[in-house]
Amino acid sequence: MTTQAHHGAGPGTEGIGGAVSGEAPDTTRPETSYDAHFEVWRGDVDGGGLEDFTVEVNEGEVVLDIIHRLQATQAPDLAVRWNCKAGKCGSCSAEINGRPRLLCMTRMSVFDRDEIVTVTPLRAFPVVRDLVTDVGFNYEKARQVPAFVPPPDLGPGEYRMQQEDVGRSQEFRKCIECFLCQDTCHVVRDHEENKAAFAGPRFLMRVAELDMHPLDAAEEAGHDRKTAAQDDHGLGYCNITKCCTEVCPENIKITDNALIPLKERAADRKYDPLVWLGNKIRRRTT
Amino acid sequence: MAHVERQQWDVVIVGAGGAGLRAAIEAREQGLRTAVICKSLFGKAHTVMAEGGIAASMGNVNEGDNWQVHFRDTMRGGKFLNQWRMAELHAREAPERVWELETWGALFDRTPDGRISQRNFGGHEYPRLAHVGDRTGLELIRTLQQKVVSLQQEDFKESGDYEARIKVFQECTVTQILKEPGSEGEDRVSGVFCYERESGRFFVIEAPAVVLATGGIGKSFKVTSNSWEYTGDGHALALLAGASLINMEFVQFHPTGMVWPPSVKGILVTESVRGDGGVLRNSEGKRFMFDYVPDVFKEKYAESEQEADGWYEDPDNNRRPPELLPRDEVARAINAEVKAGRGSPHGGVFLDVSTRMSAETIKRRLPSMHHQFRELADVDITAEPMEVGPTCHYVMGGVDVDSDTAAARGVPGLFAAGEVAGGMHGSNRLGGNSLSDLLVFGRRAGLYAAEYARGCARERPRVADEQIDTAAAEALRPFGVGPAPADEETAGEAAEESAENPYAVHQDLQRAMNDLVGIIRREEEMSEALDRLAELRERARRAKVEGHRQFNPGWHLALDLRNMLLVSECVARAALNRTESRGGHTRDDHPEMDREWRRANLVCTLAAEGASGAEAETGRAGRIALRRREMPPIRKDLLELFEKEELIKYLTDEELTSE
Repeated sequence: MTTQAHHGAGPGTEGIGGAVSGEAPDTTRPETSYDAHFEVWRGDVDGGGLEDFTVEVNEGEVVLDIIHRLQATQAPDLAVRWNCKAGKCGSCSAEINGRPRLLCMTRMSVFDRDEIVTVTPLRAFPVVRDLVTDVGFNYEKARQVPAFVPPPDLGPGEYRMQQEDVGRSQEFRKCIECFLCQDTCHVVRDHEENKAAFAGPRFLMRVAELDMHPLDAAEEAGHDRKTAAQDDHGLGYCNITKCCTEVCPENIKITDNALIPLKERAADRKYDPLVWLGNKIRRRTT
Repeated sequence: MAHVERQQWDVVIVGAGGAGLRAAIEAREQGLRTAVICKSLFGKAHTVMAEGGIAASMGNVNEGDNWQVHFRDTMRGGKFLNQWRMAELHAREAPERVWELETWGALFDRTPDGRISQRNFGGHEYPRLAHVGDRTGLELIRTLQQKVVSLQQEDFKESGDYEARIKVFQECTVTQILKEPGSEGEDRVSGVFCYERESGRFFVIEAPAVVLATGGIGKSFKVTSNSWEYTGDGHALALLAGASLINMEFVQFHPTGMVWPPSVKGILVTESVRGDGGVLRNSEGKRFMFDYVPDVFKEKYAESEQEADGWYEDPDNNRRPPELLPRDEVARAINAEVKAGRGSPHGGVFLDVSTRMSAETIKRRLPSMHHQFRELADVDITAEPMEVGPTCHYVMGGVDVDSDTAAARGVPGLFAAGEVAGGMHGSNRLGGNSLSDLLVFGRRAGLYAAEYARGCARERPRVADEQIDTAAAEALRPFGVGPAPADEETAGEAAEESAENPYAVHQDLQRAMNDLVGIIRREEEMSEALDRLAELRERARRAKVEGHRQFNPGWHLALDLRNMLLVSECVARAALNRTESRGGHTRDDHPEMDREWRRANLVCTLAAEGASGAEAETGRAGRIALRRREMPPIRKDLLELFEKEELIKYLTDEELTSE
């Protein structure tokens, strides 16, 4: 899966785990610190490669802690994007052993102590430097989704909605925009040519969120979100393999709760002649 | 001279959190071309970490609520040190600001009759916090972000350019506010000097109005809930531009941060846990908060567990649980319990919801907390208690602003809103009052900045080349290519002495502030802190970085050190000076609140210029000058919202009789 799949035992890979005590390492130092072997992609738009590091790991730490330790002790100019370090902002997205993940929510305890931990930048986006990629694609796509349309007859403070009706869209608004789903989606992961026509799971989910908003008045204003999902945002490219759902750190059921229902609604639109006619008439009168 | 690109905008907003984005929306809606500059990606600002909610007296859950009650709670929470006019505007305008978010697409949790649900929080008399589970900050930032995008979509329709009237310069840092020298000694703002984090490229935005919305200073402390962005940039930029900071001695230590494992120490555990029924216990299993209700709050809080538990269902006939005292009180209590040897295994106390609510309710109301503890600490909060302890969370102090317009006093064209502005919260902020503060004063700052900028349209202030050169040289110094520091002698020494690692300087700064100017303060320790800060200032001057300017975190940190050192000195100096305990300032050697001190603000400014020749000497004296200023008396109709017996606890006899 990863572009740098063959990270064989480099120099000094063996025996690193016991570097401090010098005795049978994994049995005499339970739950304290150990030295891990990291391979971190370093480079920029002109190219780069994996760099080997041996680095201390302590109990309870996450991969981002280790990257920070590298910055503080071995590679002060190692570029990484991060912010909250609590899984809330979605900045520190990268690929760990080839899997898209948040650096701050990946515990070191999920790896064996002698396992090589490989950290590479998100593959679907152009590298800026080291672990930092240009995620501008996502901001472009965000702009292409027409905004919430407030109901014209309700003023501020007059909105009334039931919890069960806002719950569906609220699930999608848990999204922290880490763009891991955008990175993993096979429609664009290895197909740069699809990027123009395809908004990606995150922004198709945004369309679904607005479409399911109890008070969104887009339709009354002449904009059909269901048809737009299909025609403008490339919903048809999605063949529901659920890769996006698998990597979502917020556990949002992107495919089941957003994309599939949106597909069903879009299909209803397309094939229901009454809906089609109704739309035409309404659009004409507004 | 290096060539530096210049762009012209009407209003520049520094920071893209809640206050910055709300200011940007307002300035753009006033028709002005608005630039937003932020250190992170658009939508990642620290506001996303706010959990509990937005305080606004909509009265959806308890009809007894109104702005007067909210005002009262805010003043009590701040121990009456608040700029009362800000507290008034905040309480009056918060509901409008929340409702407005709904019209931009926000989806708050609902009451059974379909209104915005409101939850209980420390220090708030009624359920007042509009919320979305425990991820309210994310909802706020996303809603504002999407509103900005919708304005860009309008502009695109009109002009074919999304960024015609509002543009976000993401991952950029401002290092200087530029000013045009004025004829009558009053320099006015002319723009900002910035670098792109990605490329290291410098650029200048020329604009007559600059709004600071940069948040707080928590990264100067070791244990903090704040992200890397919180390096006090706006506080320092304002000082360097000639503005004043007030109330810098008041730093809020949130009572409940995670304490284990070490790598997550300080990460916030939302106050909603207590608002929704969570209780604090010590190692003996005792709900210790009943022992820590201070005199000023005695009448308002329950005296028994039975009464406290009854309050959740029947708030009219029971008093609130003491777990919901303002944050300063709870943080001190936890600190005292741990010190007395009644702490949890990892040096905190126990916060428990597992015995108070069903697992289902916990997962629904506190989903982020459930997730956070499961993922980061292997703790299932539906089955076992959390371990929590105080963490540096918020600075009450900030730029001295005009209450109505958010204009920084003494610097025409400079505005400040949100955490970087001082006064609104007095000596201690209530939970939930931050998000509402961002919206109320973000909007006001945007509005008045736009008005001011419009007034400059005929004669825009100019940015001189020399200013740009100076700013560029300062920014390049960590590479060892900039000119010497102001004074030649120091420069010579600096060249001879060993280069400093910025990460090491930062760690030492965090330790010094945490240990010496932390939650409980003593005179000797704070004096020592000032000595250490002077040494750290010298070391920071010698900070050197490797590599080049493209996305180089070592360089970014080296530049941020200047700001952290300036604000840390403000905190230490003001804390040393204020010989009483109040809100977020607790003196072991002056444990009582002093009514005389209530009337006083401590005002920090940059020490007199031109001291460069003796800079090494004055290093110890510091870069900050401190003076005491009287607060304006509280307006009569606002005072009348309180009972006389309560006012006696806070105001001097003289103030009480001068009616």
